[in-house]
Amino acid sequence: MKRVATILFLAAACAAGAQPGPQGAGAAATPDPFPSTYRPTPVSPMAITGARILTGTGAEIADGTILVRDGLIEAVGGNLAVPAGYEVVDGRGRWVTPGLIDAHSHLGVSSSPNTPLSGDHNEGTAPNTAEVWAEHAVWPQDPQFRLARAGGVTTLMILPGSGNLIGGRSVTLRNVPAATVQAMKFPGAPYGVKMACGENPKRSYGARNRSPATRMGNVALFRRAFIDAADYARRLDRAGSGGDPPRRDLQLETLAGVLDGDILVQNHCYRADEMAIMIDMGREFGFTIRAFHHATEAYKIAPMLAREGICVATWASSWGSKMEALDAVEENAPMVHAAGGCAIIHSDDATLGQRLNQEAGIALAAGRRAGIDVSDGEAIRWITANPARALGIEERVGTIEPGRMADLVLWSANPFTVYALAERVWIDGAPVWDRTDPRYQAPSDFLLGQPGQQAPR
Amino acid sequence: MIARCLAALLALAAPPAAAETVAIVNGRIATMGPAGTIERGTIVLTDGRIAAVGADIAVPAGARTVEAEGRIVTPGFIASGAGLGLIEVRSVDAANDRGANMAGISAAFDAGYGLNPDSLLIPVARLGGITRAIATPVYDDAPGRELLFAGQAAAVALGGRPMLVRRGVAMVLEMGEAGAERAGGARAAERVALRAVFADVRDFARRRAAYDRGETRDYLLSRADLEALVPVVEGRMPLLVGVDRASDIRDVLALAREEELRVILVGAAEGWRVAADIAAAQVPVLLTPVDNLPASFESLGATLGNAGRLIASGVLVGFQGNGNHRERELRYNAGNAVAAGLPWEQGLAAITINPARIFGLADRIGSIEPGKEADLVIWDGDPLDTLGRPVAIFIRGEAQPMISRQTELRDRYLPAVRASTSEGAER
Repeated sequence: MKRVATILFLAAACAAGAQPGPQGAGAAATPDPFPSTYRPTPVSPMAITGARILTGTGAEIADGTILVRDGLIEAVGGNLAVPAGYEVVDGRGRWVTPGLIDAHSHLGVSSSPNTPLSGDHNEGTAPNTAEVWAEHAVWPQDPQFRLARAGGVTTLMILPGSGNLIGGRSVTLRNVPAATVQAMKFPGAPYGVKMACGENPKRSYGARNRSPATRMGNVALFRRAFIDAADYARRLDRAGSGGDPPRRDLQLETLAGVLDGDILVQNHCYRADEMAIMIDMGREFGFTIRAFHHATEAYKIAPMLAREGICVATWASSWGSKMEALDAVEENAPMVHAAGGCAIIHSDDATLGQRLNQEAGIALAAGRRAGIDVSDGEAIRWITANPARALGIEERVGTIEPGRMADLVLWSANPFTVYALAERVWIDGAPVWDRTDPRYQAPSDFLLGQPGQQAPR
Repeated sequence: MIARCLAALLALAAPPAAAETVAIVNGRIATMGPAGTIERGTIVLTDGRIAAVGADIAVPAGARTVEAEGRIVTPGFIASGAGLGLIEVRSVDAANDRGANMAGISAAFDAGYGLNPDSLLIPVARLGGITRAIATPVYDDAPGRELLFAGQAAAVALGGRPMLVRRGVAMVLEMGEAGAERAGGARAAERVALRAVFADVRDFARRRAAYDRGETRDYLLSRADLEALVPVVEGRMPLLVGVDRASDIRDVLALAREEELRVILVGAAEGWRVAADIAAAQVPVLLTPVDNLPASFESLGATLGNAGRLIASGVLVGFQGNGNHRERELRYNAGNAVAAGLPWEQGLAAITINPARIFGLADRIGSIEPGKEADLVIWDGDPLDTLGRPVAIFIRGEAQPMISRQTELRDRYLPAVRASTSEGAER
């Protein structure tokens, strides 16, 4: 079945031109109906010299140079000559990291200003809405994108909300100013599907006297959905060997993509016991969970999560808003890391999403205080390489290595401190933010002409 | 007054630990008082108060010495607008006492009752350097019910007894969009309703006996609400007004002038646009410096520069944390204001002496000065930074435990985490 999808995908990609589509788009007959139109801005080659570099591979280079050419990292190291014709950025006294990746964002689907008509993240009409796609609701003019850019965020995964068990497809975006969501879509990034355990779905539907009203109901409905998906996938497979294809079903298409491994499961799940149930349920149907999100109790099962290879996207500070969040600890990410797992600091919040680096700093300092020794070079992975892995784009972004897309942040200070400001930000080697250059600070269309937008602010 | 006498009596009955004399030596003391920062000094704590502070202070005989080793010592932080003592889990109604929707209890709601010093939130906030809080009511709106005021805030301590420090430190009122909604959907309606209420309260205050005999006209509010508002119209209790839009702020200033009210602005997202007016009116502001989202039509001008601009204009500004369970982020909020250009001392002042002044508590807390209650924190780094952590916390002279339920959970699971990686190394 995977073969069929791949052939169809390649045919569609060839028809659309050279632009790579998603890395497999499920069992759909039209694998990439809303293709990315994002194209990197052509720029001349650049060198950042003399900076302290956290490469995202775990390494830290005290006095390093990064060469960028054709939007890609050309070279990085301690003793690099800058070839002629390269624009030189003086990084002395500053820090450079890969562009930050927010693995859990609702920008564009839960926009500012928050009005009754702009809340587009929960299709709260049925517990399984696997058929909805976040990209169909992303408002590129959400002013929060620019604020995240000023915080060094270059890539975001935009997820549906957690009111439903299966909330719909996520979309991975380049954080560039654009008029359409297609012009922000990360070329070739796989889709994710948002699934949610626990209180939110059972509260959303139980309050309406509908299923799920309990955690039992949550799991029963998940299983029913994947039984249907497995059946759909079988019918698709039969069609691949000459039979009649089933009528397209958008909901089942997404879930069949999960069973195929093409669509990555992004699972909102707080409690350790519920994560363990979800892992077994995935095994029952033959899919793996790419990342648990929020996962405030991950530290309780950190060795198991490490063995399973499931990333943990979490916070340091947030806790207690719900019963299932009561056992959160500041050291969650460092403990997952210490167990050999894939720890991620995410935001789920437009204010926190402007300072993922600080949240990582809080987790880092708490971990060190508890005796968990994590180097700066390792900890930066929590907001760069590890979220890239959760999003399935780790071969493209998240580290400063030759051949990677040149998403970079130049920080005024150690990025884990509260005082670090993102002075300059690049996406694919092109500047997208500069604290001293108004050309890269333009607010979204929405804010033009609104009160208080006059410079200086 | 009676409450204060009771508090004094209770303080006398406090356990003997408070009577211990402690000398913190070799601290870099950010006093936040007239002494400024003492590069290397000693603080003597006796009977829960600061007995002496300075560079050349002798350690009294018999004092327990705490070696600060050059670390920064600050006053304990004050979390304004907090739910500490009133809330346990936000989504659980039974564990959330920040507001009520009982008819006839609006202004009369008093956050000083029902405080829970055993709340799990308190040790967590304390480990963020917070030693005092302004427990502040929030609205619990019920359909079809008009609730002009959320109630009265109370000053509380996060260690020692009693938890209640002073009740009725401010009366909470939301104006702007939220206030307009409660008043039927428009700002003008709330303004008219408030004027009518204040007129009622003044009338009531003059004619209580006639009211009780049923000889006054009908008032809009219950007797309990009217009584609660008397100190507000008499200018003895400040009105804590939630407001963001520049024009709304001007309206609040005008209202305060006309009604002769003391006002504290809360939120004030567009305060920077009317900073000169706020400064001229000598109205203090409580704000959350990281609030820069244009989250509503009344905060389109929100910016990280708000705090710095208000302070530069001469406005007395206190910072807030991130609410309920997230008060411990208060110090990072101050750090972010510093990152946005505010001098470091001003950032620290906005979470110590400034809120103490704003709520009329500066004679007791907010700085490290002789005679003040001994709320102190020793830090292993910069108190406003993500990488700095507290190493010792004193409230009313008592060393506080450096644990919370969260650290206990962490310590329960840490051994398994360590064991798993050493197994990995063996493989």
